[in-house]
Amino acid sequence: MSTRRAFLKTSAAATGGLLIGVYFPDLAGEATLDAQFGPPGGGAITPHAFIRIGTDDVVTLTIHKPDNGQGTETSIAQILAEELDCDWSRIRTEFAPINAALYGGALQGTFGSLAIRTTYDPMRRTGAAARDLLMQAAAARWGIDKAQCRTENGAVINTVTNARLSYGSLAEAAAKLPVPANVTLKDPAQFKLIGKPLQRVDTPAKVTGKATFGIDVRLPGMLYAVVARSAVFGGRVARFDGTKAKAVPGVTHVVEIPQGIAVVASNTWAAMEGRRALQVEWDEGPNATLTAVGIRETLLGLASKAGGGVAEQHGDFDKALAAAGQPIEATYEAPYLAHARLEPHACVARIVDGMCEIWTGTQIPGQAHSTAVQASGLRAEQVKVHTTYMGGSYGSRGGGAFVAEAVEVAKAVNAPVKLTYSRDDELQHDLYRPASAVRFVAALDSDGWPTAWFARIACPTWMALRNGVARESVEGIADYDIPNVKVEYHDPKLPIPTGYWRSVGLSQNTFFAESFVDELAARGRKDPVELRRRLYAKSPRLLGVLNLAAEKARWGTPLPQGRFRGIAAVAGFGSFNAQVAEVSIEQGKVRVHRVVCAVDCGRVINPTGVIQQAQGAMVYGLSAALRGNITIDRGRVAESNFHQYEPLRMHEMPVVDVHIVPNTAAPGGMGELTTPPIGAAVGNAIYAATGKRIRRLPFSLEKLG
Amino acid sequence: MANITFTLNGTSQTVDVVPEMPLLWVLRDVIGLTGTKFGCGMALCGACTVHLDGQPVRSCSTPVKSVAGKRVVTIEGLSANGTHPVQRAWMEVDVPQCGYCQSGQVMSAAALLARKPKPTDADIDEAMRGNLCRCGTYQSVRAAVQRAAELSGGRS
Repeated sequence: MSTRRAFLKTSAAATGGLLIGVYFPDLAGEATLDAQFGPPGGGAITPHAFIRIGTDDVVTLTIHKPDNGQGTETSIAQILAEELDCDWSRIRTEFAPINAALYGGALQGTFGSLAIRTTYDPMRRTGAAARDLLMQAAAARWGIDKAQCRTENGAVINTVTNARLSYGSLAEAAAKLPVPANVTLKDPAQFKLIGKPLQRVDTPAKVTGKATFGIDVRLPGMLYAVVARSAVFGGRVARFDGTKAKAVPGVTHVVEIPQGIAVVASNTWAAMEGRRALQVEWDEGPNATLTAVGIRETLLGLASKAGGGVAEQHGDFDKALAAAGQPIEATYEAPYLAHARLEPHACVARIVDGMCEIWTGTQIPGQAHSTAVQASGLRAEQVKVHTTYMGGSYGSRGGGAFVAEAVEVAKAVNAPVKLTYSRDDELQHDLYRPASAVRFVAALDSDGWPTAWFARIACPTWMALRNGVARESVEGIADYDIPNVKVEYHDPKLPIPTGYWRSVGLSQNTFFAESFVDELAARGRKDPVELRRRLYAKSPRLLGVLNLAAEKARWGTPLPQGRFRGIAAVAGFGSFNAQVAEVSIEQGKVRVHRVVCAVDCGRVINPTGVIQQAQGAMVYGLSAALRGNITIDRGRVAESNFHQYEPLRMHEMPVVDVHIVPNTAAPGGMGELTTPPIGAAVGNAIYAATGKRIRRLPFSLEKLG
Repeated sequence: MANITFTLNGTSQTVDVVPEMPLLWVLRDVIGLTGTKFGCGMALCGACTVHLDGQPVRSCSTPVKSVAGKRVVTIEGLSANGTHPVQRAWMEVDVPQCGYCQSGQVMSAAALLARKPKPTDADIDEAMRGNLCRCGTYQSVRAAVQRAAELSGGRS
C-alpha cells in the first residue's frame, strides 16, 4: 500500500450533493511528465478528477482523459467506481472541460499510452476518499463508529443493525466533512469492477448514431467551411479570384486566412464545390522540386555517413567488430505514413461577446485551447473548449492547425463556423510519421551469438535534439542484451511536417531491429526464438511474452503446406508484446492468416479493452507494413484518398488470438503496444516462406515469390 | 435548387436543395441527422452507408435527386431504441472503439442479414469489405454479424 497522502477538497455541488476533487502533489511518474510537457497550471499541486454524487443517487464521473476510441472513458470510470463502491448501473460519465488548474495541463491529454498509467493510482485514491467521507457521514447519522460501517453498491451499511443509507442521501452531509488525510485502498482480491470485461459506456451511443463527434456538432446560424491550402509544403497564396467560387449555390464567403483561402457556405458540400471552382495562384516556395527519390537518396546517404549524434554506446563496438570475422551489414527503410483517421479533422468555432468557444475531438484539449487563444487574440479565460468523441486519433489529433483555421474563419465571417477537412486534406496536410533509413552492422562470435550491434539512423524529427539526438527517432533500435553496442543519429532536416504516429519511433525501429535480429539468427544458425531468448535475457517480462507467443503458436511444429511463421517482440509503454504471424504467399503478395499475440500489460482494468487494443493496434501496424506509403511528388503528397492509401479491409483481416499474461504489476499502456512488432513478424515469415529478406516497407513495393 | 421528396426513416421528407447534392450532406447539414458519417466522399470507406429501398448505398456518392420517391433508412431509423438484432449483437460483442465507422458497419450488416439470414464467412467478407475501420475492429464485427444472425433466427 502506498504511503502517499491524498489532499482532497470537497464542496457542495451546484446541483446539490457532494463534489470531490483530489490533489496528489508527489506522483513520481508525473513529475517526469511535467518536466517533459511543462508543469500543470498552478504549480506543484495537481488536482485530477471530480466525482459528483447527486441526491438522486446518480454518480457522475468526470473523465479528464479524452477517449480516442481506446476506451479510457470506461476504464477510468471503472477505477473510480471500484474504490467508491458505487452502483455501476447508476454512473454517468462526462468529459472534463479544459482547465489546467483543475485537470493538470498536458496531463489532461490522452497520448503516449499514458491515460491509465497516470490515472490508476490517483483515481483509486479519489474513489476511496469519497467512500470514506460517505461512511463518515453515515456513521455520524447513526451515532456509531465509522469502523462499524461498510459499503456496498452505492450505499453505506450499518453492520450492527443492517440499516442502509444510499450515497445520494448522504451526499450533502459528506460534502461538509473534512477530507481524510489518508485513505485505505481495497485489497485487489476484492475488486468487483477492475479486471472485469464491462461493456464500454459509449457502446450504445456508437451503435445508434447518437455519439457526437467533432464533425457532428451543429450550432444555430452555423456556416460550413473548407480551406484551400498550398499543396506544396511551405507554399503560400500569391493571388486568388473568388468570383467562380461565390457563384456556386450556397457559397456565402470566400476569405483569405493565414493558412490559405477559406470557402464558406450554407452546407459542407457547397463549400467543397466552391473550393473546386476557386481560382488560386500559389507561390510554391523552395520545396516544389522535392521528390520521393531525392528524399530516399538523402536518407540512405546519411545512414551511410559516419558521425552523427551518439545515442547510445556501451562496451566497445569497434574493437568487438575488429575481433570478429565477417561483419553482417544491412540497410532498412520505412516510408512516410499518414494517420488516416476515419473522421477527418473538424472543428466548430463560435466567437460571441468576447468569448470564443470551440467544439472538437482532441487528444489534448489544452493544446486546442492555446491554439484557439492565439488565433482568437482573446485571453485564456475567454476561450472554452468542448471535447467531443474522436473518430480516431492515433497520435496527431492534438488541436493545432484545424483549430486555428476554424477560429480564423469564424472571426473572418462573424458567424459560428464548422471547418471540415476532406479526405484529400486529411492525407495531404497531416503531420506524418517520418520516413527513415537505418544502417546496421553486427558481428557474431564463433558459436553464432551476437557480440556487437551498430545502428545509424537517419530520421527527420519534429522534436528538439538533445546532444545531437532525437530520442523518439532512436527508441527501440538496440534494446538487446549484446555486450558491444553503438547507435548514431542523423537529422535529415526535410521540409515535410512530421509528428507522433501510433507507437512513434517504435513504429519503424521495431521493424528494423526485429528483422535484423532474424538475419543474425539465420547467419548464426539459430532458431529465431532461441536467439531472442538470449537477447531478451535481462527482461523477464519480455521473455515471458516471447515464450507464451511461441507456445500458443506451436512454434517449431509443422504448418499446413504453404504456411510459414515469423516472430517479433517489443517492450514499450510499460508493457510487453510478442507476435507470431502465420502467412502464405499468393500471386506475389503476402497474405496474413493468423496472428498470435501475447501481451503483458500488468494489471488489466478491462480485459475486453486490452483485447480490442491488442487487435486494433496490430491492424494499424499491419495496414502500414503491407501497403502504407505516403509519397512526395514535387513537394506535395501524391496520395489523395483510400484507393491510394488503403487500410486493411475485412476480407484481409487475420484471425488474432490474444493471450494476456496475468500480472499484478502496475498497469502498462495498451494503445500503441502491438503496432510495432507486426511488420517484422510478417517480414520474418516472408523470409521463412521465400528466403527473401525484405528490408524496405511497405511489402507491396516488392513482388514476392 | 429544387424540391425533392423521399421517405426518410418512415416519414415523408421534402428538401429544397441543389439536386446534385449528395444525400450524405442533405442528411447531415440540411436535415441534421449526423449519425451517417463522412469519411472519403468517393464511396471508398462505407462510413456513409444508408439503406435505399432496402439496399445498402454510399450516401456520399448518391445525388439526392436519385432518391426522389424512394425509401431512405439511416442509422437513426434502423430501430426505435437500438433494438435491431444487429445493434443488439454489436452491444453484446462490444464492437466499437472510436465508433466513427460503426453506423456504416451496422447498416451494411443489417442489409446483409436482410438478404442472407445465415451468412458464411465469405458472405461477410463480401458485404463488409467496403466498410473501413481504422481502429481494426474487424474481428469483433465478424463475431457480431454472426451473433446478429443468431439473434434474428431466434426471433423469426
